Amino acid sequence: MIDRYVETLSTYAKDIDNLILLIGVLVGFWFILCEVIFFYFIIHFRAKDGKRAEYISGEEKSHKRWISAPHLLVLVCDVFIVVGAVKVWYEVKQQLPEPYETVRIVGQQWAWSFVHPGADHELGTADDIKTVDELHVEVGKVYHFKLEARDVIHSFSVPVFRLKQDAIPGRVITGWFEPTGTGTYDIQCAEICGIGHGVMVARIVIESPERHAAWVAEQSPITLAAANRP
Amino acid sequence: MAESIPADATHGHDVHHHAEQSFWSKYVFSTDHKMIAMQYMFTGMAMALIGGFMAYAFRMQLAFPGIEVPGYGTVTATDYNALVTNHGTIMIFWVAMPVLIAAFGNFLIPLMIGCDDMVFPKINRLSYQIFLLSAIVLISSFFVPGGGFGGGWTAYPPLSAKGEYNLTSLGSSLWLVAVALEFVAFLLGGINFVTTAMNARAPGMKMFDIPIVVWLIVVASILFMASVGPLIAGAVMLFMDQNIGTAFFDPDKGGDPVLWQHLFWFFGHPEVYVVLLPAMGITAEIMCVFARKKMFAYKTFIYTTFGTGVLSFTVWAHHQFVAGIDPRMANIFTVTTLLISIPIAEMCFIYIATLYGGSIRLTTPMLWALAFVAEFLIGGVTGIFLGASGADIYFHDTYFVLAHFHYTFFPIAIIGTFAGFTYWFPKMFGKMMNETLGKIHFWGTIIPFNGIFIPLFVLGGAGQHRRIYNYQHFPDLAGVEMQDLRVFATVSLIIMLAFQLVFFYNCFISWRKKEKDAGKNPWKANTLEWTAESPPPHGNWPELPTVYRGPYEYSVPGREEDYYPQNVPG
Repeated sequence: MIDRYVETLSTYAKDIDNLILLIGVLVGFWFILCEVIFFYFIIHFRAKDGKRAEYISGEEKSHKRWISAPHLLVLVCDVFIVVGAVKVWYEVKQQLPEPYETVRIVGQQWAWSFVHPGADHELGTADDIKTVDELHVEVGKVYHFKLEARDVIHSFSVPVFRLKQDAIPGRVITGWFEPTGTGTYDIQCAEICGIGHGVMVARIVIESPERHAAWVAEQSPITLAAANRP
Repeated sequence: MAESIPADATHGHDVHHHAEQSFWSKYVFSTDHKMIAMQYMFTGMAMALIGGFMAYAFRMQLAFPGIEVPGYGTVTATDYNALVTNHGTIMIFWVAMPVLIAAFGNFLIPLMIGCDDMVFPKINRLSYQIFLLSAIVLISSFFVPGGGFGGGWTAYPPLSAKGEYNLTSLGSSLWLVAVALEFVAFLLGGINFVTTAMNARAPGMKMFDIPIVVWLIVVASILFMASVGPLIAGAVMLFMDQNIGTAFFDPDKGGDPVLWQHLFWFFGHPEVYVVLLPAMGITAEIMCVFARKKMFAYKTFIYTTFGTGVLSFTVWAHHQFVAGIDPRMANIFTVTTLLISIPIAEMCFIYIATLYGGSIRLTTPMLWALAFVAEFLIGGVTGIFLGASGADIYFHDTYFVLAHFHYTFFPIAIIGTFAGFTYWFPKMFGKMMNETLGKIHFWGTIIPFNGIFIPLFVLGGAGQHRRIYNYQHFPDLAGVEMQDLRVFATVSLIIMLAFQLVFFYNCFISWRKKEKDAGKNPWKANTLEWTAESPPPHGNWPELPTVYRGPYEYSVPGREEDYYPQNVPG
């Protein structure tokens, strides 16, 4: 359902979409069933002259069956949804695969800043590439991110990845993603963070390995020069 | 528990002491539950107009970014944040709460259980006065330097805690004080509701002879009183963080901002049920009367309510799945959240089963009650997407969430209120409302309501996140198709707001009618309020009624009439 509106560009995006579809089918079934019966009753049991309503207490077992049986079916649907939800959740938030690189992401009023590990694939070294409002990643590689907030709560959200994680001041939260296609897309701040919340937009640039290497090569001298400046 | 209460236990005092009163003691400093109910009702409706106007202003900005909104002016980013924050705060705390719990609770509990007033009339008066004060404090917060608070109605610190972050230090303190005062008002009201319903029932009224709406208001009051404590504590801590430099929520000094979220949502989720239950009760009353049916499985419905109430305390962290809590906690809260679907689904099935075999008259109140069920179902099923942790990663803080909770709160606060108001209007004022105007108003509200929020589901699915004053800043959200949906929603909102004029006109002409044409029992209903005069005098009945049966004995076989009032012996 979601991929009609937003591209599906991470390894787990498809799983989240499928979970949403599963829930959509199950609740859609109940929704349509309930509304159809409801409207049928409203039309069918309209007041007619000389016809009285029936007297049904609903307390006898034979009556209660009509609400207790569907209700068990609802429980079965719940089990399916819980299993699906927990599986996806575990994959996205609990089970982090080995990273190719780690990036640092810092939210502040009202910009995202990113620290890329640079040519040596290691954060915290002299060739780290710092950018504002632009995150460069390579397609097909597993990235970890270390998410921080400098002032208030922000939320790092990349709709094409189906990824969202709040950034909490005073904490470093680790997460992961693996892009599956190239292009440039929105990074949102999804948690209200003050008057500039509405302009806190960044872009994620997902590049092919060659282009990403070229970008790193292009940025490295600038970064190194900045680091070596006395 | 199911014993009848002896007549002189609660009604031993003289009920004829209610003398004529002066204007001030009758309308302003009244202790009469019906007058306090009217005060709450009209204060709530006035606040709804303010909240609706705010929605108009910020939806105009979303549809036509940067225009001069007629009647408001340009909506800046600061204005926008203050408008959405206060729209949410007002609609929940100053509209849904006062109208559904306080107004209907005050009006209905004594009349439906057959007593002359609340057991603590002066506490009741104090409750309204504090509530009014809280509303004044909230409105004054818009006019202080810096303007109203704009940190979202959930007021997450550190944004809400520090003036340097939110730039509205006085506005946010006043906002917080107003909310805390409002809670105090409803704590006082809740004590009254529970005590009155449990202790002041008419002779003969057993526990399971109490009308469902009274039961549900009692359960809602208990939920409110049990959940609000942590939030009041949180509000005090946040106020101290704001004003005297404590650091409960300040991570730089050892505090924890996520603690506030737990305190807030531990209250915030039961709060949904606090307003939902009275609306469900109102719906149940109306459906039984206009389907001429006994409530299907009345006792099961009541037990289900208790179940919902207990479960509602165990689900709060589903608001915080991606908020930096331990990811393993999400699994537990997914299970508890989905369990809530069981009692809520059961309630919906009971509503539908109640219609079976009925003799349904589609009067205006019945249309509203049926619309409540039909629309609330949409809110209910879309909640499953958000309760399932894996799907919530995507939907959290998008317009999907926004559309979901408007599909719950709009049926609750607006449809539920119109259902109850049109149903009990004859009792409140002794006059019938105009049915044709009532139906025009109904369709003029329901159709545009869906026109507002169905597009917002689509926008949320397309990744549009909340509380952004201008989506043109986001390249992926700036497309023409998405903008068209925003315009569609805004136009629907304006149409819906315009149709509210029909409602106020209908109220006005009905209220101005010379003759009191309602009589005691215009709908041929069973519950006790319909045995009193319309409107009931101070003290309600010259002789308090005695109860002989349950509230939903409609179409009893062998009786000539298709209703059997609770107070008729036999």
